[in-house]
Amino acid sequence: MAGRRRLTPYLLLFPGAAWLIVFFVVPMYYMARLSLDSGTLETGFRFTWQWSNYGDALTLYQDPFIRAFEYAGAATVIALLIGYPLAYAIAFRGGKWKNAMLFAVIAPFFTTYLVRTIAWETILSDQSPVVSFLDSIGLAPGGHILATASAVIAGITYNFLPFMVLPIYASLERIDPRLIEAGKDLYASSRAAFVRVTLPLSAPGIIAGTLLTFIPAAGDYVNAFFLGGTNNKMIGNVIQGLYLNVRDYPAAAALSFVLMAVIMIVVFVYIRFAGSESLMGEEGARA
Amino acid sequence: MEATTAPAPYVRRESLLRRAWNWLREHAINIYAGFAIAYLLIPIAVIILFSFNDPAGKYNFTWVAFTLDHWKSVFSISELNSALLTSLRLALFATVIATAIGTLMAIALVRHRFFGRRTANFLIVVPMATPEIVMGASLLSFFLILGTPTLGFSTLLIAHIMFCISFVVVVVRSRLIGFDRSLEEAAQDLGANAFQTFRLVTLPLIMPGILAAALLAFALSVDDFVVSNFNSGTTVTFPLYIFGAAQRGIPVEVNAVATILFVGTLIAMGFTVLQQRRAERLAAVRPPQEAP
Repeated sequence: MAGRRRLTPYLLLFPGAAWLIVFFVVPMYYMARLSLDSGTLETGFRFTWQWSNYGDALTLYQDPFIRAFEYAGAATVIALLIGYPLAYAIAFRGGKWKNAMLFAVIAPFFTTYLVRTIAWETILSDQSPVVSFLDSIGLAPGGHILATASAVIAGITYNFLPFMVLPIYASLERIDPRLIEAGKDLYASSRAAFVRVTLPLSAPGIIAGTLLTFIPAAGDYVNAFFLGGTNNKMIGNVIQGLYLNVRDYPAAAALSFVLMAVIMIVVFVYIRFAGSESLMGEEGARA
Repeated sequence: MEATTAPAPYVRRESLLRRAWNWLREHAINIYAGFAIAYLLIPIAVIILFSFNDPAGKYNFTWVAFTLDHWKSVFSISELNSALLTSLRLALFATVIATAIGTLMAIALVRHRFFGRRTANFLIVVPMATPEIVMGASLLSFFLILGTPTLGFSTLLIAHIMFCISFVVVVVRSRLIGFDRSLEEAAQDLGANAFQTFRLVTLPLIMPGILAAALLAFALSVDDFVVSNFNSGTTVTFPLYIFGAAQRGIPVEVNAVATILFVGTLIAMGFTVLQQRRAERLAAVRPPQEAP
């Protein structure tokens, strides 16, 4: 009986863990292997430790690679600027509207991702009132927004904004209001209370939100496909094209691998940097 | 408060200006939030509005005239119908399987302390932190090298179950963590065996969590484009149909279908919330002195 009890968690875990290992972990190994193949679609691919695939692919696709991180970074910053005040308003000023506001944040998820993006294509198309308004105040030179970097960044920001708002809201919601009151008692101004108490205590939410926005944004190709032009291709578009149209699998696999590696490095550095900040903030709030 | 510091002769005028200024300052964040919410909702309004459009050409980007034609013919495009049916069938299978094995995993992680628990947690978090394109590309590499199974419904199902599992675990786990275990102990004191306790006490209480997880899995599956784009072969799901139709102009019926899906999800979510409230009431039915 005791032996069976010890086995129970492993039996419960087995189907799911096996699925994730076979169809998530192992495929990573196969992608790494494919990235070191040589050959073409006609001659067939053979595993030859072809390290030059990496250098060649990166030299050739340097621009979309850098662009992906620029767009994702810009979208993450804008989403934070839109998302933090929104999350703050929901958490502290929502009142009876709180649930309705939360609903509005997740409502975009109830529509299909592609249809949402195509709605942006409509909103930003040359004949739309939004674009003529922006044109009249000088923000849309020539009356075009589609097929520019702004359009792609606007689409990415929109599509991943809920991922920014929800974790920040969750961390703000968890703050004990007495801490803020105590801060106001001690610091007098509400700005100081915000900077020294609320902001540091919501840091875990900011970190989670920025990561949940940045990671999918860097690999996205849907927004660039629908809203961007030929000069706005991101690395995701290149990888998709190489895998599904050109069928240069080794180059595509190499690029996917580098994309993942760079994202992991960015995330790691960010957590080390921001993580220690938020820790200090928590201690500051406690002191 | 700050108005009292103003010079005496200008008190009346200043206080009015100040009052307006203070009102604005106090409500600035609400106004800002209002704009943010408009930003979130406008595209949804556009989707619904343009399902009533009567476009001049094949592209549905400019408002021309109001018509109900495309709602009358919403299920008349056979490719769109079969894509929708494929998506629903796929989501149904993926949801049932992912919810079942994800729930088991969540129970193992919350109820048991065992060697390898941290690794298991890690295995669940990593897929959620991986860009979809990397997931799709690696799975395609795997299928390409193995040469089997042929890309199609089966590979889509494998992929969808894979990316749904983690989300199911997270949702069910949060429900299990807030679980009052004295209810299970009470059942066992009354003579229920482990299986009966699970079926008659644990399962009904975590059911809202399982339902919410299933709903999330279903939504993720129906909406998935990127992973499906890589692993579909010639099988066409609803998002893949839209992507394919984009070049030649997306039919207005797509907007009508998107509106139907939107309303359907709303209803399903409302139902889950009701279930959750009911379960909370059920869990609350016990003498107050038993509360810890």
